[in-house]
Amino acid sequence: MPDPTSQPLVELRDVMFRREGAERPVLDGVSLRLARGETIALLGPSGCGKTTLLRLVNGLLLPSAGEVLVEGRATTAWDPITLRRGIGYVLQDAGLFPHFSVARNVGLVPTLLGWAPARVAARVDELLELVGLPPRVFAERRPRELSGGERQRVGVARALAADPPLLLLDEPFGALDPLTRLALQREFLRLQTALGKSALFVTHDAREALLVGTRVVLLDEGRVLLDATPAEFLAADVPLARAFREMLDAPGQVAPEDAPSP
Amino acid sequence: MTRELTRLAAEHLLLVVAATAAAAALGVPLGLFVARRRRLQQAVMTLVGALQTVPSLALFGLLLPLPLVGGVGVRTALVAMVVYALLPILRNTVVGVSGVDPSVREAATAMGMTPRQVLLQVELPLAAGVIVAGIRLAAVIGVGVATIGAAVGAGGLGTLIFRGLRMNDDRLLLTGAAPAAAMALLIDAWLAGLTRAIDARVLGRPRARALGAALTLSAAAAVALMTWGQLAHAGGAPSARPTTTGDVKRVIVGSKDFSEQVILGELLAQELEARGVEVVRRFELGGSLCHQALLSGELDVYPEYTGTAFTALLHHPPLTDPAEVYRRVTDEYRASFDLEVSAPLGFRNDFAILVRGEDARRLHLTTLSQAAAFAPTWQAGFGQDFMSRQDGYPGFARTYGLQFRAPPREMDLSLTYRALAERQVDLIAGDSTNGLIDALDLVALEDDRRYFPPYQAVFVARRRALAEVPALAAALAALGGALPTATMRRLNHEVDGDKRLPADVARAWRASRGALPAGRDAATREMIP
Repeated sequence: MPDPTSQPLVELRDVMFRREGAERPVLDGVSLRLARGETIALLGPSGCGKTTLLRLVNGLLLPSAGEVLVEGRATTAWDPITLRRGIGYVLQDAGLFPHFSVARNVGLVPTLLGWAPARVAARVDELLELVGLPPRVFAERRPRELSGGERQRVGVARALAADPPLLLLDEPFGALDPLTRLALQREFLRLQTALGKSALFVTHDAREALLVGTRVVLLDEGRVLLDATPAEFLAADVPLARAFREMLDAPGQVAPEDAPSP
Repeated sequence: MTRELTRLAAEHLLLVVAATAAAAALGVPLGLFVARRRRLQQAVMTLVGALQTVPSLALFGLLLPLPLVGGVGVRTALVAMVVYALLPILRNTVVGVSGVDPSVREAATAMGMTPRQVLLQVELPLAAGVIVAGIRLAAVIGVGVATIGAAVGAGGLGTLIFRGLRMNDDRLLLTGAAPAAAMALLIDAWLAGLTRAIDARVLGRPRARALGAALTLSAAAAVALMTWGQLAHAGGAPSARPTTTGDVKRVIVGSKDFSEQVILGELLAQELEARGVEVVRRFELGGSLCHQALLSGELDVYPEYTGTAFTALLHHPPLTDPAEVYRRVTDEYRASFDLEVSAPLGFRNDFAILVRGEDARRLHLTTLSQAAAFAPTWQAGFGQDFMSRQDGYPGFARTYGLQFRAPPREMDLSLTYRALAERQVDLIAGDSTNGLIDALDLVALEDDRRYFPPYQAVFVARRRALAEVPALAAALAALGGALPTATMRRLNHEVDGDKRLPADVARAWRASRGALPAGRDAATREMIP
């Protein structure tokens, strides 16, 4: 019998995904294992299939070929609702519900899971404290009354609410100004250390990938170019990895897709 | 007047509220259903959009003969209004749901909401403002469409508008039109407030509560008006179905939508009431509605003209001998429709070709043959009816070799008198008994080539009603031959010219003949044209 702790939390086995009617697959021959407690930074230029990969994990999409396993079970075998309620999801622009208060946004998944209101309220307070938003000030506000950074904190709190073992983060801090972004990246690391979650963290910023990832997976045109530790990534002799590395030294935050192609 | 106005306004509001509510109950779920199904959405929107383009009067006409949805009264009007209200509500629902931020929808799905939860907790609340804006548009359109409902006997403020048009009475017309316009503005403002309140609530603005309270209050006021208006005429609810249910001593008297018909309807109604028969009045029905309603049992009796019955309803080519037309109509009605034609009432309401009195005197005109010479310098104006009917314009122009300056203008019959008096046209085809002929100093030219068929006034009754209510036959007999043309023209003038109520005119005439007074004063309460 396999040791449950050695079983990867998420595993992609030779996954191909092609949109209906499209000629080229978005992802092709992707294999990947995410162990418990690990954070994989998915790094790549726009359109490389990073977001598609996340959506395959929580069953928003199903693979055209190959298998995506979560806790050892193929996503095609999961009830999609149950699967998604067990995974935290953070979107780039937070995707908060504009008609819900901060508290209701954060308490959404626990409420969907049928928690008692008092338990939900306690959990919401706890999480808001955790992400640095005093509940007394923020609980009853609407998303439009928050700054971009505050919104992303709420988004992270919402993803953590039901205490899922797995987080999917889709360029969560991509739209923020550099100072706020740095603050949130540090806080994410702090939370990661404290909570021990597994995460798939999509980014197109090499600095962020190296900061948050225990591994960096470089994606280009739907294929895995490199699957390495941060140290290996810094030494890798792959053109795209070199391009991303150059960005580390450059002033400002220019991603390779914004620079002229080589 | 005030009382009737209140009642009609309440009816109007009730029609609008009921139709809009029904359309919302239908359109919002349908919109939600098709919003995510692109192909179905296109098909549904095209169909509903096509329905919207049918002119309202035509839609009423199309619905009338249909079983279940048609017929005289509120039902037809409601169905037509729902059809019109559907498009804005449906479209705004689709637009509102499609307009929800995709990342919010994606987040909802990714959090593990079921499609139903996404719809009810995310899409619907976020689209609510846009949906209510659609309902608002539908309600305002509904206020307008409801005025036309009066043509099919649905009541409402249109009753006053049509009556005002017919009687050439601007004040009456405005009495109906102004409250309708005010109602449209109020409904619009109220629903605009509701939209704001919803948006404020959805996005968490502070004023939401005060606004909500104001809206609740005003809605309560509207409900109070409707209730009051309904109570105000609770005695004469015209929706009841009489004799057919075996509920014997009750007769539904109908009339077409012009004063003479209403006066005749009143005369018969009062005659029946004097004999202790309970009467339901369903007056002012447009087109051939009365005939259809008689056939379907929704009316028991109404005034008709032999020429109309012979050509328009039995579809025969026109005949000119009055006695023969009367005989053939009577025979065929009995055989084909199981309807009985009463004895002639005494007057004829023939087509009267009218010119201004001053023109007739200046040009020394008395006959149509004489007038033909001046036709090339004249503009003619005719009702839609006259232009198309068997015994109408084409044969008339042929018989007299008429050549007008331009093709005749088609307009509502009731407007032709005014158009003639105001020199917009020079010759019209009116009714020989119309009170406006004297009131506006018009002259009827003699049909010296005997083109026009005779239109003797009679009552048409269902034979079944005659069998069940013996007093009906007696009342009809009492009116036989009682109304010579001059008398009818005078009674018409008392209504159209002197602006008296048909019920009062009928009562006064009956009193002058020493007839039995009507049993109760139901006439004033139920229907005061």
